Amino acid sequence: MLNYALVVHAAPYSHQAALSALRFADTLVTGGHRLTTVFFYHDGVHNASALMSPPQDEVHLADGWKRLHDDHDTQLLVCIAAGLRRGLLNADEANRHGLASHNVEPPFELTGIGQLVDAMLNNDRLITFAP
Amino acid sequence: MTSLSSSHIEPQDLLVVLRHPPHGAHWLREGIDVALVAAAFGQRVGLLFQGDGVYALLEGQQAGALGQKGTYPQLAMLEMYDIESLWVSAAALSERGLSIDDLMLPVKPLSAEAVAELIQIQPHTLIF
Repeated sequence: MLNYALVVHAAPYSHQAALSALRFADTLVTGGHRLTTVFFYHDGVHNASALMSPPQDEVHLADGWKRLHDDHDTQLLVCIAAGLRRGLLNADEANRHGLASHNVEPPFELTGIGQLVDAMLNNDRLITFAP
Repeated sequence: MTSLSSSHIEPQDLLVVLRHPPHGAHWLREGIDVALVAAAFGQRVGLLFQGDGVYALLEGQQAGALGQKGTYPQLAMLEMYDIESLWVSAAALSERGLSIDDLMLPVKPLSAEAVAELIQIQPHTLIF
């Protein structure tokens, strides 16, 4: 049993890498490994959008990530610098920036790059999924 | 240009590989951000410039017509963060008609074999 963390750089549905990351994550936990953290960076921050509305016959990526959190306690961390630039904000940040709405909800958390360094140091493997 | 062999390479806590040019995409900036934060957390960080990433090292860059900030100011800060292990792919330089003398920082050129070994001996590598 190994502890894993993933870094996702790919936007959902734009690139295979986001779906591949989720499939890899599901396979990890099915295989008895522990996935402690998924860190969304670069365009990967869009995976955290609460407004994601894919057609019903396609995989719902945000729901897939949330299921990992619910079933396996996986932290879903979104880089705050990369997120704010791209319009991914939780209620606190929207409030701070005087914006009318937000689109990041728990269990996704906005956090700093330091958490990525932390995930790197405190897991047996850190695997990147990029386009 | 003489390239270093791997016997001169020390493993770092983290190697950040930069493969994108300083303008036209945000890869390079976000990659350097990770390097700076890791260094601020006390990690020994090395950078490897590969592919179009070597353009980040050119002297005399400006924000320019694309309206992006570019990465020149970030790279100028590396020394302040004690990021001094800087490597560049010698092949990436020569493919682009560049030499070490065109670059703003004291980077060490590596042969393709040395690049492979560099990545192999690092405990952690992040690729941008």
